[in-house]
This record gives sequence, structure tokens and C-alpha cells, in this order.
Amino acid sequence: MKTILSKDQLHLTINRLSHQLIENHFPFINTVVIGLQPRGVLLASKIVEQIKAEHPSLSLPYGMLDITFYRDDVHKELHTANQTTINFSIENKNVILIDDVLYTGRTIRAAMDALLDFGRAEKVELCVLIDRRFNRQLPIQPDYTGKAIDSILSQKVTVDWNSPQVVLF
Amino acid sequence: MQLSTRHLLGIKDLQASDIQLILDTAAQFKEVLQRPIKKVPSLRDVTIVNLFYENSTRTRISFELAEKRLSADTINFTASGSSAAKGETLLDTVNNILSMKVDMVVMRHSASGAPHFLAQHIPAAIVNAGDGINEHPTQALLDAFSIREKLGTLEGKKVAIIGDIMHSRVALSNIYLLKKMGAEVTVAGPPTLIPKYLQQSFGINVSYNVEETLKWCDVANVLRIQLERQNQPLFSSLREYNLAFGISRKLLDSLNKEIVIMHPGPINRGVEIDSDVADSKQSIILQQVENGVAVRMAALYLLAGKRSEN
Repeated sequence: MKTILSKDQLHLTINRLSHQLIENHFPFINTVVIGLQPRGVLLASKIVEQIKAEHPSLSLPYGMLDITFYRDDVHKELHTANQTTINFSIENKNVILIDDVLYTGRTIRAAMDALLDFGRAEKVELCVLIDRRFNRQLPIQPDYTGKAIDSILSQKVTVDWNSPQVVLF
Repeated sequence: MQLSTRHLLGIKDLQASDIQLILDTAAQFKEVLQRPIKKVPSLRDVTIVNLFYENSTRTRISFELAEKRLSADTINFTASGSSAAKGETLLDTVNNILSMKVDMVVMRHSASGAPHFLAQHIPAAIVNAGDGINEHPTQALLDAFSIREKLGTLEGKKVAIIGDIMHSRVALSNIYLLKKMGAEVTVAGPPTLIPKYLQQSFGINVSYNVEETLKWCDVANVLRIQLERQNQPLFSSLREYNLAFGISRKLLDSLNKEIVIMHPGPINRGVEIDSDVADSKQSIILQQVENGVAVRMAALYLLAGKRSEN
């Protein structure tokens, strides 16, 4: 087991990602944040919290998207669906997709398909905490990266929010 | 999480965890149905035949819609106008359809046990959409979903099933499901329409008094009098049935509490239920129909995932 981000580093990284979003999107007039179920929403809610802490008057629409029904491996493995809550239109909006770990890229592919069913976004960006480089199976790259790591197929990256840290098994 | 079964033949074969999984998945599909584009690509590679040997409006449309919302390819078969009228057997018909590479069969048949028979002979996954007077599992699931949506849970709720229990596959599926999910059940109706030994076999209450039953219950699921299945007179007249066992506004107003009224359809207005009850705020009859699509999407989705294991 190897620690990729300790508690303090994780805090700093989330802080940096939030500031990068503020830098590019402030005052968030045409921007919405969507966290991916189940684990991306935990990161997304922390980032939204951080942005709002710095700019309390901001109203930043925040939704949760579940991609279970858009997966390309329905017949290999059945996943339990989670809640989707997007109580706003994404038509012509800048959408920031947030997930914890970017690995093969298949989840993000499914998320983009799912997003299309909610409307035509102006622009979609991807923000991830951990980018597992050299493991991509689809041409998808993040716009905001917490930390890029090199890992092999048999390893597993876990973001532990209970005792905040990111570890590699 | 997975279903413990390959087919959905009846609630009898399901475990409580299966029912929970189907209802939870249905809740997510209900959200899908509120989106601008009410469709997901999950079953893009699945072909489903809807085999209806018996008349149906709601169930057939609901299944077809559920299949289309899941992006499955669908074929519709109705017995009238097919070679079944020329004497082709059920098994031959289905094998011919399956040889055209069909993955799942949704079937309704007037013979109890027809889908169970098919399940022993064909490789495709089968969903029972009603077999004779045996079971109608997806109706019970959507009833449960509707109760859960309205009252929060099924556990400990008092559900009355009122009317033609004898000829009702909806009643049997509902009894199985409600007992498995921890609800209390009373069936009520004329003695001629309630099978013997129901009380002993299922541990449910039997009552011949509708008013007392309504006073007891949180939810009343009112069933249709199935005249087409009755080959002998089991009560004197529809008018008399209405007076003794029909649900009227006056009866509901006398209860001093607001119970939930359900009906699986089609309604005989003025027989088992009066129009002003069926169309009232207490009635969730149309919500049941709406929920039917989401529940059937969940069942098909979960069974399609199971299919690949075989």
C-alpha cells in the first residue's frame, strides 16, 4: 500500500482544483457542476463547498449524475444504479464533470452520453482528483487534474474520505 | 447486486432482496422518465418479443414502452391474426420466433403455468405478463412501488385486497409480495369469490365485510370483477355486488381517515368502484400506470444483465 495523497495534501489539492475552476469560470454565470455517482459526488461536493466558502454570494448549480444505464458492459457485470439529480437545464451551459479517479475513460464516455440526454451543453470539461496515466482505453483527457500517477493494471487506487487520503494498493 | 433468478415467472420465486432491488432500480428509471430524452441505451443489443395470447391494453403498452425506453428491439405478437389460430403449438411458435435470434420473451397467456412450461424448454429469459389465474408479477411490483412511493415503506402497512380474489392473478402476486415485504394483508369480498384455505396458506386475514376492512386498512387495492373467467353465477347481479361490496364515496367519507385507493385496471365503473372514488384525490390509479413503465424497465434491465451468465 502506498499513500498517494495524505490528508494535508488532499486538502491542498482540492483547494487548488477549486481555485483553478474559479480562475476559469468566475463568476459562474453560465457554469454548472455535475459530480459522477457514486464516488465523484463526494469530491464534487467538497469542491463546490470550497468555491462557495470563498464566494458566499455565488449560486452555483450542482447536480449528481449516475451513468449505470449508459455503461458498455451491462452484460459483463450488473451495477446497482444510484440517484441522478439534475434540477436545472444544461442547455448551452458550461458543464464541469467531476470524478475521483480517471482510469480507462469508459465512465466519462458513458457520462458524456448521459449528459446529451439532458440537453446540449455549450462546453463540457473534466475535473479529476487522480489521473491514472497510460491506462486509457478511450481518447479522453482531463482539463483539471489533482495528481497524475503511473500505475499498473493490477493496482487499485482508492480515495478514502473517512480518514481522508488517497492510497494505491 | 443481482437477481437470484433468470426469469420473472412469479413473485413466489423471488426473494425479498430481489423485490427490493427491482423497486430501487425502478426508482432510478422513474427519474430517467422525467428527463427531456426519456431513453437510455442499456439494452441496445437485446431483442424482446411480446407474446400476448390474451387481450391487454395497459400491460402490453407498458412493456413495449419500457423496452423502447431501454433501447431494446421489440417484436409484438398477438394470438389473433397469427398462426396460433391455425393450430400451431405454443412451443413451436416460440421456438420459431427464437430462431430469429430473440433474447427475451414477455408473455401473457390464459393458461396458468404457461410461462413456467416455456422456461423449461427454451433458453431465453421469460417475463410473465400474466398467466391465467396464477400470477401477474410486474403488476404486484408496480403496486408495491406505488405504495412505497405514497407511504414511504411497505413494512407494517395494512393493505386490503378487495373483490374477485378467486380469479385474480393480481391478488395472488400481491399477496406473495406484500407478505415477503412485511405488510399485513386482508382480502375481502363475497365468500364465493374468495378461495378456501387462503387464510391458512398465506397467513392473511379474510373478511366478507368491506366496510370493516376499509376501517382497518391504509391501502385498498380494488380488483376487477372478471366476468370473462366466471363460468357460473357467483353473485346475483352486478347491481347487488355494487351495493354490498362496491367502494362508494359515502363509504369512504364514513371512515374518518384517508386511505389510498388502488385499482390495477381495467375498471368496471359503478361495479367494484364508483366513478367519484376512482377519479378522486385519494386514488393513485393513474400513478400506478405511470410507475408500471419504470418497474418493467427495472425488471427487464436486471434480467438482461442476468442473461449473459448463461
